[in-house]
Order: sequence, then structure tokens, then C-alpha cells
Amino acid sequence: MSAADTTTPAKVPPPRQAPPPDVPQRPRGKRTSSGAATPWLLLAPCLLVLALVMGYPLVRLVTLSFQEFGQSQLWGFKPAESVGFANFSKVLGDDEFWQVVLRTVIFAVGSVVLTMVLGMLIALLLQRVSGWVKTLVNIALVASWGMPVIVATTVFKWLFDADYGVLNAVLSKLPGVELIGHNWFASGPEGLAVIMLLVVWGAVPFVVITLSAGLTQVPAELEEAARLDGAGSWGVFRYVTLPILKPIIVMLTTLSVIWDMGVFPQVFVMRGGHPEAEFQLLTTYSYDRAFVVNDYAQGSAIALITVVLLLGVVAVYMRQMLKIGEVE
Amino acid sequence: MSTLAPAARRRSRFGWNLLGLLVFVTAGFPVYWMLNTAFKPAKDAIDPDPSLLPTGLTLSNFRRALDIADFWGPVGRSLVVSLSVVVIGIVVGMLAALAISRFAFRGRKIVIVGILAVQMVPLVAMIIPVFLLLNDLHQYDKLTGLIITYLTFILPFTVWTLRGFIVNIPRELEEAAMVDGCSRTGAFVRVVFPLLAPGMVATSVYAFIQAWNEYLYALMLLSQEHQTATVWLGNFTTKHGTEYAPMMAGATMMAVPIVVLFLLVQRKMAAGLTAGAVKG
Repeated sequence: MSAADTTTPAKVPPPRQAPPPDVPQRPRGKRTSSGAATPWLLLAPCLLVLALVMGYPLVRLVTLSFQEFGQSQLWGFKPAESVGFANFSKVLGDDEFWQVVLRTVIFAVGSVVLTMVLGMLIALLLQRVSGWVKTLVNIALVASWGMPVIVATTVFKWLFDADYGVLNAVLSKLPGVELIGHNWFASGPEGLAVIMLLVVWGAVPFVVITLSAGLTQVPAELEEAARLDGAGSWGVFRYVTLPILKPIIVMLTTLSVIWDMGVFPQVFVMRGGHPEAEFQLLTTYSYDRAFVVNDYAQGSAIALITVVLLLGVVAVYMRQMLKIGEVE
Repeated sequence: MSTLAPAARRRSRFGWNLLGLLVFVTAGFPVYWMLNTAFKPAKDAIDPDPSLLPTGLTLSNFRRALDIADFWGPVGRSLVVSLSVVVIGIVVGMLAALAISRFAFRGRKIVIVGILAVQMVPLVAMIIPVFLLLNDLHQYDKLTGLIITYLTFILPFTVWTLRGFIVNIPRELEEAAMVDGCSRTGAFVRVVFPLLAPGMVATSVYAFIQAWNEYLYALMLLSQEHQTATVWLGNFTTKHGTEYAPMMAGATMMAVPIVVLFLLVQRKMAAGLTAGAVKG
């Protein structure tokens, strides 16, 4: 598409930008030879910081998960000893762990699907409403997007409060519904559904706004042509809009998976800092093993397994970024 | 749609608008309810049959929230941490962004992919080794330790976003300045930098918001007495259990400045995020 060329300047100097003939060749040559070190000098501070705060902990995460590391190692009473795969076999042999994995996957998949579907529907809806409705919806979306996660979590805690929560009061007004005093967090699945709602509420605005931007790029002539060829609304969406938006959708979906697998504060704060067994996701479970049970090695092993589980998704994301030419 | 009669079209527009308003109410309700509870008299907040409309305007919940626990200490610490992270993140990030957007060198692609990949590692997974690292460096419960750790997610973000803004400034401008006798640094300072300023402001504000909102590291790496604003709100309980009206007042104090900042930069950031993604 020619329009794209104006939005992303070529990284290669354009051919017509040839050096003026009167400039001698020597300074140019000098610039490129000194230029070999310059980018690395510019990168050095960034790479150093990342190596310290990211590289080292990542390595430590791996080594930790192959060691025995508890309270006594933390205080330095005992040196950390390598135990091979013992942590992993302990974790993988634990039924509770597999329940947590299953719960996490269901939670993440549910959140992502809900986020993407709702986001897409709202983005399409925004194309059809009057200007003032669009403005109103956008205000609500940006306000909820901008809410700090902790604030949103405390607000949801209040909305779903058993005795004074507004949700129970409003739902009880419906005929045949009696929810006053109903505790949404008495059972794991129900409580996690509420937390999922919180996650989705926070995630939808980003998806809607990104997809809306994408939708404006769908050429109207293409939709018109499809309609003339007899496609209904669904046909136009399925065969015109969706293929054009596919790069954005892949990017948003992978990002959502990564974010929703990493949900932590929502569960943690919602359950007052002590999520019950029924509420444990991989993230809180790893935290629990490390900082509550004080088995840092097992916690690391669980965190490492989480990262490995996510690698596939990250790979898809990176491929997409490479494909759309963001990374060049 | 074009074949529909105007009346039918107006009717369908009406239906869509109704649906749009429903989305508006649903998405906006939690925000509304936070503000509503924060400003209503505390006794109305614990009404089992709450009125959906404001019942009165009072600031007593805010006073109570400020009384329950030290508020300005955590806010001050959050400010120190977030501002330091932004300054370091922007300066260091700018240098790196320049390197990967304006220089062709061996290993450039690996660096870019690396920075992108680093952004994808969930923070939660890193908390154990980071905690042990700070413990070894005697930086546990120190703001400097928290500042350094926040760079794990702020730095990749600033590098990547600033890169997006730099790439959108035509290289020809710089080259023209260099032909006219500017040095490479001179061309950057006089030509690129002024054009980059709005993008830098937006990136700084957004980075600030991210650092301000962070919860887990703040919770784990600082003790209770040095807590930051998010942890302050997360711990909001009193001897009488959770007092929701003051809690919502606290939530409002946390959210309003952040949402306002967010509104200011959101358009610019969204444009930057999608700039490259919509190419055919």
C-alpha cells in the first residue's frame, strides 16, 4: 500500500538522496567508520541496566529452580545446594499444581476471548452510532482504561460487597432474585468470574480503541464492492474486515494472553492478600510457595514453568511484529 | 445500508445509539460508583438499598481517609520513585532508541528483538530473584532498589515507544542539516529534538503512570512503613474492617490525577502504538 510508505520512513536512505557531488568522499567514510562504535555506546547504559535488573534475575530464576533454597539459605546459614530436577518433579507431581494450571488456562482463555469479542463488537458498534454517543462511550472507555489496577480492584470489591454492594441490591430488584448478603467470593469459580469481569473491564478499552483505529483503515470501496457482489453484513465482516484487521487482532490477542496469564494484583488484593486455594492462579501460587511457604526454589520452578508456557505465545507475537515490519 | 429508506435508517441508528448508551453506562458505572460513594455521607454508603443517584455532597470521607493512615508519606514516596524512573528511563531510553532507529549496525535486529522479548516476561515471574538480588545488594526496603527494579519494565517501554516517534521523523531533515554544516549531534539537537518533544512528553507521562500504578514490586520490596500509594490503597482496612466510603475517597484521590494525565496523552500514545500496525 502506498499510503504506508508515508507513515514509516524508509530505514535505508532513499536513493534520490544521493550525496551532493561537491562533498568530498573522505568525511563520509570517516563518519561510517566511527559510526560502528557509536550505536553500541548509545546502547550501553540501557543494556547494562537491563543486564542487571533483567538478565541477572532471569539467570538466577533458572539456577534457583534447580537448587534447594529456603529460609536458611536466605539468611545465609546454609549454602544453596543443587538438587537437579527435584523441584520440578515435586511441582509436576503435585495434583494441586495441575489444578492451578488448568484454572489459570481457563481464566486466561476466558478473559482473552471475552475481551476480544466484546472489544470487536464495541468497535463495530462505534462505527454505527451518532457522534455524541461515540464521544460518551469513548469518555467512559478512556476513563476505565486509565484507572490504576489497584483502584479498579478496590472499586470492584465494593461493587460486589456481600451486604452493601450495589450489584446485589440492584439485582435483587429483579423479580425472583434475592441476592442481598450473597457472598460472591464464597466459591472459587464464582469469585474468579468476578475477577475475570474486572480484568475484562480493564482490558476492553485498549482493544476497542486499537481496533477502531484499525477499522478506519479498511477501505470503504472494498466493503462497497463486497456488498455489490451480494455479501451481507456478516459476509463483509468475515471476508473483508477481518482479513484486513488480522495483524492487529493477532497482536492484541497475544498481548492479552500474556497480560491475562500474568494477572496478580487483582486476585491478591481482592482476596485481602491471602488468596484461598480455590483462587490460586500460577502467579499467586508461585508467590505463595516462595513468600508464604518460604520455598523460594519451588516458587522459582513454578515461575519458570509459567514463562516457558508463555514462550509459544510470545513467539507468535514476535513473528507478527516482524511480519508487519515493525521490527526491521 | 444505502438502499434502506431514510426512516428505516434512522430507526436502526436509534437502536445502535441505544446499544451504545448501554455500553457507556456499563463501562462507566464502576467509575461513577467510586465517585458517588466517595462524596456521599458515610451512613448512606452502608444503606442495604443504596440510591443510585447522589444523596448529598460531603468531603468527610476524604478527611477520614487521610486520618486512617498516613497518606502523604506514601504519595511522596510514589512521586519520588516514579519521577526518578521516568527521568532515567527517558534519558537512557532515548540514547538506545536513537541507536536502533538511526544507525545501521551489526546485531541491531537482535537488540530490537531482545528488547521486545524482555517486555513480554511477566513481572510476577521475576519477583523472587529480584527480591533475592536486592537482598544481596542491601537494597531491600530502599527506594533506590525499587527505582532500579522499575526500570525492568519502564526501560523497554521507553526505548520502544521513543523509537516509534523517532522513526516517524524523516531522516532527510537531519541529512539536510548535516549538509548545511551541522554535526550529527548538532543536527539531532537542532532538528530532531524539537520535533520529538511532544512524543517525549507523552512517553514520560505514560511511563510515570505505569510506575505510579505498580503494585507487586512495591509491596514486596518495601516494608510496611515505607509503602507506596498503591500499597496504601491495597491495605486500606481499619479496626472496624473495611470502611468502604473512605476507601472510595482514597481510590478517588489515587485515580483522578492519573486518569487526567492519561486523558492528556492517550490519543498520542494510541496513535503511536498503532502507527506501524495498520499497514496493508
